[in-house]
Amino acid sequence: MSAPVVPAPPTLRAVTRARVRRAYRRRLLVSTLLILVVAAFATTLMAGHTFYPASDVLRVITGEQVPGASFTVGTLRLPRAVLALTAGFSFGIAGVTFQTMLRNPLASPDIIGISAGASAAAAIAIVTFSLSETEVSALAIAAALGVALLVYTLAFRDGVAGTRLILIGIGISALLDSITSYVLSRAGDWDLQEAMRWLTGSLNGTTWEETVPTVLAVLALGPVLLFQSRNLSALSLGDDTASALGVRVERTRVTVIVAAVGLIAFATAAAGPIAFVAFLSGPIAARLTGTGGSLLVPAGLVGSLLVLVADFTGQYAFDTRYPVGVVTGVLGAPYLVYLIVRTNRAGGSL
Amino acid sequence: MTASHTLSTEDLTLGYGDRAVIEGLDLTLAAGNITVIVGANACGKSTLLRSMSRLLVPRAGRVVLDGKEVHRTPAKELARTLGLLPQSPVTPEGITVLDLVGRGRHPHQRAFSRWTAQDDAAVAAALEATQTTELAERSVDELSGGQRQRVWIAMALAQQTDLLLLDEPTTFLDISHQIEVLDLLTDLNRTRGTTIVMVLHDLNLAARYADRLVALASGRLHAAGTPEEVMTEDTVRTVYGMDSRVIEDPVSGKPLVLPIGRHHATVADSAAQTVPSSVTRPAGSR
Repeated sequence: MSAPVVPAPPTLRAVTRARVRRAYRRRLLVSTLLILVVAAFATTLMAGHTFYPASDVLRVITGEQVPGASFTVGTLRLPRAVLALTAGFSFGIAGVTFQTMLRNPLASPDIIGISAGASAAAAIAIVTFSLSETEVSALAIAAALGVALLVYTLAFRDGVAGTRLILIGIGISALLDSITSYVLSRAGDWDLQEAMRWLTGSLNGTTWEETVPTVLAVLALGPVLLFQSRNLSALSLGDDTASALGVRVERTRVTVIVAAVGLIAFATAAAGPIAFVAFLSGPIAARLTGTGGSLLVPAGLVGSLLVLVADFTGQYAFDTRYPVGVVTGVLGAPYLVYLIVRTNRAGGSL
Repeated sequence: MTASHTLSTEDLTLGYGDRAVIEGLDLTLAAGNITVIVGANACGKSTLLRSMSRLLVPRAGRVVLDGKEVHRTPAKELARTLGLLPQSPVTPEGITVLDLVGRGRHPHQRAFSRWTAQDDAAVAAALEATQTTELAERSVDELSGGQRQRVWIAMALAQQTDLLLLDEPTTFLDISHQIEVLDLLTDLNRTRGTTIVMVLHDLNLAARYADRLVALASGRLHAAGTPEEVMTEDTVRTVYGMDSRVIEDPVSGKPLVLPIGRHHATVADSAAQTVPSSVTRPAGSR
């Protein structure tokens, strides 16, 4: 150790105070988001074309038979709400992971083709080969990892430069989307609602078979990302600085990519590539927290909230029922345009 | 002051792809000193620094810190002894000074460990040493180049390492900010005993601030020693392929390099005869 250097008390007090204030602000934000998510979740279960009071909903959840509610809440609304919660969380946390790691808000998995890969694989598995739920998930994960690897390899030239990776990713994403469209167009009796799931994402007709794998994925892979969150923050200072701070850059990157891609793949296999949730959650969370501290949990909660609210809006706010992806797409597209305009004006990073 | 760590390279060969950048380098960096590495562009200076801090695996040979091979030392353990400020670190958008400096605590923390009073003290001390306390709540984006560089140095200081490697810490700074940064590093060396190793482009600043100079020429060690021993007209010619006059710096008494160039050769010749005695180095003055 260097000779211990004792800072002047006023400086130390200022630093401590700033840190405590920030930690407080962060706790406040995370609790607020948590309350909002719980409120949105509860609303989704209770409200709809028929309203069920909280007491009925609780009885259904605890396994009692409630006439009407058992079917509407237990079979229709509950799996759908849980999927909105977990898929939103997965997209949010995986999206911000990619954005932080590649130091670019455009580098989210739904822009650079990873969601598109999972989606195309799922569509092919279901439409062309009529595979089971588990097989669909497995194929979606393999495809997402494959696409991640492909984009990474194509972009690699003495390290991965953000811009090249993003442009290649956008290209691959367009290619995969066209495959999805083609597959869907060949499916004879394919109904539009189901097709929308693989194009923009939808929670219509969600069953527990689709929901359970995403819950397990969040429980298994979420902690992996949280465990890496400090390394991820260090990585945002550049590879050299991160390495000088004792981060094992390559190992961190591989761990984080596999976990994030897994989350994206499970969520996409169940709900489709819900448009722009991965892309939007991180920046929204960043605006809310200010800087400092990890964005992983806030972004995950923002993702859950986005999907819950967008799905509820899509179902009940209009005369026609819109799938969740259409609603989030309406939110996300202008932000994408804004971001591209802004980065081009700055002239640099894109 | 316990800064007795010795960093050395043994028969070190480094390269990228098929190209060897450093070949068979044996070098020992004296503990408690400021060592400045100079050399022409692409002579391997940065590569050498990156390898010393474990960023680049040697093709052959090894980097040794206190008898232990750097590339076999656990990353975090090394990062508590040896810090590196890269040439162009990435500033995340919107990050505040306090946050950035706090990131320097990374090697002292674990995945879920809480922020400690010791972390606060290290950050506060780093802010004070670099005179950035007033900037603590500001966003790094909006600082001037000189301020930003001080903040990055504060980040490296919060890491509390006995050895600090810096890759061209004065690039992009105007002359007054260059001096400010180099003075700051000298303060650290004198008050904390931090061993400093840096790459500099400006030969005169290198000669002025270095306790020891290392001159590299095409991947090999050309000379190492005190500025007076290393910074000679011969060295400048071998390392940079350029003719120069070396005189005594009237301010610091260290060598001062005056490049000649094509257009001033005759002037330099005549000046050689008529140089006032106050500028030439008095024989036996050191």
